[in-house]
Amino acid sequence: MKKDVFQAIADPTRRAILSLIALQAMTPNALAEHFDTSRQAVSKHIKVLTECNLLKQEQSGREIYYHFNPKKMKEVVDWLAQFRQHWETKFNQLDIVLKNLKTK
Amino acid sequence: MIANKEPKVTKDLANKKITFVREFDAPLEQVWHAWTEASLLDLWWAPRPWKAITKTMDFSEGGHWLYNMMGPDGTGQFCRVDFKKIVPYKSFATVDSFCSEDGKVNESFPQTDWNIEFIATSEGTTVKIDLTFASEADLQKILEMGFEQGFAMGLSNLDELLAE
Repeated sequence: MKKDVFQAIADPTRRAILSLIALQAMTPNALAEHFDTSRQAVSKHIKVLTECNLLKQEQSGREIYYHFNPKKMKEVVDWLAQFRQHWETKFNQLDIVLKNLKTK
Repeated sequence: MIANKEPKVTKDLANKKITFVREFDAPLEQVWHAWTEASLLDLWWAPRPWKAITKTMDFSEGGHWLYNMMGPDGTGQFCRVDFKKIVPYKSFATVDSFCSEDGKVNESFPQTDWNIEFIATSEGTTVKIDLTFASEADLQKILEMGFEQGFAMGLSNLDELLAE
């Protein structure tokens, strides 16, 4: 079952994890120190984010580092931007229709 | 010159819901008609260069609007909007789907639930639109397709994209 990226970013803790990792790659331990929840809970969040490709794992010596995947995030942002653009176009057209109704 | 109004968009992605709020410089009654009368809908419903061409319209609970979404290349795609609950001059709810020329719903494409609310203000009218996607899978599909730059996408066009 492929993870849904929207579902992934709907969670505030996961968004906080993304914000941190967007600044710099981090190990799970370093990441867990930023949160009050258990390491297990943080690991679970990391797993969700990795499964939907928002994070990438990289082995560095004995440590695993998590990197932010901006390409995947861009998909989400682009989709919403397209969606918004579509509506703006429609609404601007509706403004014109309403203006014409007024002057009739 | 028309005021360029920024629609407010809020996302509740966990629940697959997107909400738009937009102000219009017109009395509520006129805005309501623009959303519910075929001759007016045809003027604005499709983002250019698309064009909406109404085939039939029955704006009543249980009725539906059947229209053709004409692309710039002259090919069309029929869509239907089924009206659920209607509270005159206040709100109406619909289910939007993709269909054949004679209005037969195409079950293989996702449907979208809408709720549109109209609120009179001192300046004009506020319209609040709630869109609920049927499933995560729908959104997932949409995401996976990727988008061409500058492709204006309609909700019914979402389905059209999925068809390709």
